[in-house]
Amino acid sequence: MTNMLADELNNIRQGALPAIAAADAASLEELRVSLMGKTGSVTQLLKSLGTMEAEARKAAGAEINQLKTEITECLAARRAVLDAAALEARLAAERLDVTQPPRPEPAGAIHPLSRTMEEIAAIFSAMGFAIKDGPDIESDWHNFSALNIPGHHPARAMMDTFYLTGGEVLRTHTSPVQIRTLLNEQPPIRIIVPGRTFRSDHDATHSPMFHQCEGLVVGEGITLGHLKGCLTDFLSAYFDVPSLPVRLRSSYFPFTEPSMEVDIGWNKKTGEIGGGTDWLEIGGSGMVHPNVLANCGIDPRQYQGFAFGVGLERLTMLKHGIADLRLFYESDVRWLRHYGFSPLAPATLHEGF
Amino acid sequence: MKFSLSWLKTWLDTDASLEDITTTLSAIGLEVEGVENKADTLRPFLIAEILEATRHPNADKLQACRVSASGAELSVVCGAPNARTGLKVVLAPVGAVIPVNGMVLKAGEIRGVKSEGMLTSYRELGLGEDHEGIIELPADAPVGAHFAQWAGLDEPVIEIAVTPNRGDALSVRGIARDLAAAGLGRLKPFTAPDVKAEGSPPIIWKNECQEACPWILGRTVRGVKNGQSPDWLKQRLESIGLRPINTLVDITNFFTFDLGRPLHVFDVNKINGSTLTLRHGIPGESFLGLHGKEVKPGEHDCVIADAAGPQSLAGITGGEATGTDEATTDVFIECALFDRVKIAQTGQRTGIFSDARQRFERGIDSQLLPEALDAATAMVIALCGGTASEVTEAGQRPEWNRAAKLRFARLQSFGGSDITAPEAVAALERLGFVVQEEDAESVTVAVPSWRNDVAQPQALDQAPGLPHAQAAAEGAAAIEPEVDLIEEVLRLKGLDAIQPVSLPVQGLIQPPILTAKQVRTSLARRTLAARGMLECVTFSFVDDSSCALFGGGAEGLRLANPIAADLNQMRPTPLVTLAQAAARNIARGLPDFGLFEIGPAYSDAKSQALVAAGLRCGATPLSAISPARAYDALDAKADAIAVLSALGVPMDAITTAHGTPDYYHPGQSGALMQGPKTMLARFGALHPSLCQKLDLPPGSVAFEIFLDTIAEPKRRKKSAPALPPFQPLRRDFAFLVDENSGAEAVLRAIKGAERNLITGVTLFDRYQGKGVPEGQVSLAIAVTLQPADKSLTDAEIEAVCTKIIAEAGKKTGATLRG
Repeated sequence: MTNMLADELNNIRQGALPAIAAADAASLEELRVSLMGKTGSVTQLLKSLGTMEAEARKAAGAEINQLKTEITECLAARRAVLDAAALEARLAAERLDVTQPPRPEPAGAIHPLSRTMEEIAAIFSAMGFAIKDGPDIESDWHNFSALNIPGHHPARAMMDTFYLTGGEVLRTHTSPVQIRTLLNEQPPIRIIVPGRTFRSDHDATHSPMFHQCEGLVVGEGITLGHLKGCLTDFLSAYFDVPSLPVRLRSSYFPFTEPSMEVDIGWNKKTGEIGGGTDWLEIGGSGMVHPNVLANCGIDPRQYQGFAFGVGLERLTMLKHGIADLRLFYESDVRWLRHYGFSPLAPATLHEGF
Repeated sequence: MKFSLSWLKTWLDTDASLEDITTTLSAIGLEVEGVENKADTLRPFLIAEILEATRHPNADKLQACRVSASGAELSVVCGAPNARTGLKVVLAPVGAVIPVNGMVLKAGEIRGVKSEGMLTSYRELGLGEDHEGIIELPADAPVGAHFAQWAGLDEPVIEIAVTPNRGDALSVRGIARDLAAAGLGRLKPFTAPDVKAEGSPPIIWKNECQEACPWILGRTVRGVKNGQSPDWLKQRLESIGLRPINTLVDITNFFTFDLGRPLHVFDVNKINGSTLTLRHGIPGESFLGLHGKEVKPGEHDCVIADAAGPQSLAGITGGEATGTDEATTDVFIECALFDRVKIAQTGQRTGIFSDARQRFERGIDSQLLPEALDAATAMVIALCGGTASEVTEAGQRPEWNRAAKLRFARLQSFGGSDITAPEAVAALERLGFVVQEEDAESVTVAVPSWRNDVAQPQALDQAPGLPHAQAAAEGAAAIEPEVDLIEEVLRLKGLDAIQPVSLPVQGLIQPPILTAKQVRTSLARRTLAARGMLECVTFSFVDDSSCALFGGGAEGLRLANPIAADLNQMRPTPLVTLAQAAARNIARGLPDFGLFEIGPAYSDAKSQALVAAGLRCGATPLSAISPARAYDALDAKADAIAVLSALGVPMDAITTAHGTPDYYHPGQSGALMQGPKTMLARFGALHPSLCQKLDLPPGSVAFEIFLDTIAEPKRRKKSAPALPPFQPLRRDFAFLVDENSGAEAVLRAIKGAERNLITGVTLFDRYQGKGVPEGQVSLAIAVTLQPADKSLTDAEIEAVCTKIIAEAGKKTGATLRG
């Protein structure tokens, strides 16, 4: 290798390496072209190899390639530094205020009464019940007479019945659906009937429209023990209190005999269900009156059973600590959002409620 | 039914505590509604004497009284007309709380005269409705004593709710019997006193109403002296809130509660003629009842009439004209058995409530009449003197020979109870049932006459055309009396002892129980809530004018007895009540929301449809990144479509039709149809004039989905999906169509142009204005082509596009925009 070549290589190296290290993105490209481009100084040197003797070429080639590699690496290193800086600048420029609220999506909600009906359906489905519904406008026979409440019966006065001008009644209880079922199906029967009911009573604790859930079990060998067991199983599951105290207290309904009020244990002061030593009335129940079965053509010597009715508003208020009955029907969006349930968490036994 | 503890103890020999008594009453079916000791609230009230009553110097209607109570002399201003010098009264001293209104009495000055207390009426003390004047106490009432103690009010008074079947429990003796049967003591015996009767009856019965009154007795007592009752009797009545009137009336009230035996007394000298006739009412006649109101008996009611006309509505209320007063010297005591049903019917027709009606319509002891009349006569003679006549009678003692049989095994196989046969028999005997036959398996007992709820004659009302009506009726007749006995045995002792038994289920895993419609309802509910809407539950009835706005108001859906004028009509759609709910929220200053309800719509008394209705007001929420916009009719359409789609309705088959009811905006509403006839849903903006009437903001939008019309989705397995490896490609078109023709037809036409290739047709712009001819609209539509088995050549794509343009033109008149 001649000294002249060595000097030239040295000159290029001395000139290029600091320039590359100091280059910005644009000048780096210019430097690359001036060094490594088609007419670049390093490229020219490589081209000059062709004119050399074999021996000299070998030595010079090695030296030039050494320079080329150095410059290439140096270019790459500089580019990496510049790229990193550019990315950083871009990221800084793309900054988003992530503390701001996202696009709003109004949340809907399911009414607490619907939720209660779903929970009841889930519990009774595990006990083999079907769910029935029936019309709100009923004949006098379905609402009263078939249920062993003749026209003059003092119990009718207790019911505060609404009548339509055509003589039909707004059902005062969900019990007419018992009758419809007994007429159309053969025992064994296990049904619950959640639904709207109507009584002419309006104050802080009574609404002219409210909801009941009726239960009816008719079969062979159904006893009052089953009534107590079924209600205990239901109420324990609904309130999620495993050994909920359930008490039956003698009462009277025309369509059951014996008839009993159903009480559960609670703490009157704290409202805790299952705790304390107080009793709270939760519904009515009894063994289906033989006359009711006979009115539907079922021989009470062969089949017997029980029926019960609970107020859905009451169950809902107790479970969720809701104080005012009237707000159930007021449709105040604040109340609905507060007490409503997510549609994405339906009531299922395996998820629990 | 109220009674004091001391009254109860006249019939019940017991050491039981008040708590034991109330707990037992509730357990055996006589639910305790409250226990009150009047003395607790009346503690401050003292017996006082008006030393001098003079007219208030500055007020005509007031009197200034000097009153002495406990040594000190007070000045009291009183407005009662009966305040007078020398009268013994009840004084509320300063600091006393007046029971009727909770007011704390303060010393003051009334028009310049000092007032250091108040003289009280029965009503102010919560002892009755009497507000005619202040209480007048007898002259011997001890000044300075506590009024409540002196009046015998310092003891617990128990109030129970008596169920309609238990006429016998509307008497203190009946309650005592139940408590004794439940093991709380011993029932004291009742023996009717011997009455010495002299002379034939001056007033006699004549009965033309056998069906309403099978048996009636009466007796005249001559030479009585009527007046105030003795303290013990007044205290009995006052303790349960009854105002003493005069001795004769007080005696009838006493027996009404003591034995559950309503009686009535006539002043013999006010009766016209010597015959009292039980007859049907005659339209047009009337009399003034003892309750102070005109009674107008009808032809289906039974009255007791004298020669001048009706004097009493049988079994319900007597008449003022023949009532007794302090001047009465001869009294006629009526003791009757009235038919339960007739009394109930007359009671309902006339709307008169009375203690007598309450007992007759539940049924009284049909055999007790002579004994009760003797007891009442004896008390009249003891308290008022006089001599009794022979008894006059019409009708005859009704037969009473009811029996019931209990098979002991049924206590377990029906009642689920472990009660033994001897326990059961003993319980029945304590209630007054008499054993007629007994063996190891069963017992037959005679039913006591006061328990007419047990083993009643059968009253079925069977559905017509039942296949096994006869057998069912016989079965009920055979079973019912036994069930009555099981109930008696269980209520006295057994309910707590019954072991709960879980219902047996077949298999561990129960099949799904919801019907298809119930599943639809749940899915619709969840879908709408997931779309940000709030579920409501609103009333089925509403005011008729609001109903009319929504096409309702059918006469057959009007309430005959609405609880309020604005709740008098069954709603034709849940939108009526939802709109009102929305307006209430708007009025609260909450303008943006979506509400829905899944509930009944009534079209006549026989048909009720289940409708998922929803309503959106206002705009989407404010946001920095997504501008708020007002809800419009197509939001309501989206809600409806979301539900239909969730319910498995094939959306390809759904078309949008015009023509909705008047409550929708005619130009911004539509119906979603499945085929030409089946309307699944309606949606749209509500009519602006309706919004104005209901105080809703204009532009509120609504939908109604008719859940009953939606068919159950076909539950067949899906075929394997086509998942071709070729990329889909998109071609955009701009069509010009008449501005009145809908986009749906164009989209449908394009989709149909090449069904196997076109997998998506999306309208992405609608434009009217510069560059588009007047009366036309430009629709920009993106079409997705999905090749199935090979990539498409340019020529093939060109052919499809040509076909799309041709189909759109042929079906809708659309032309490609140049």
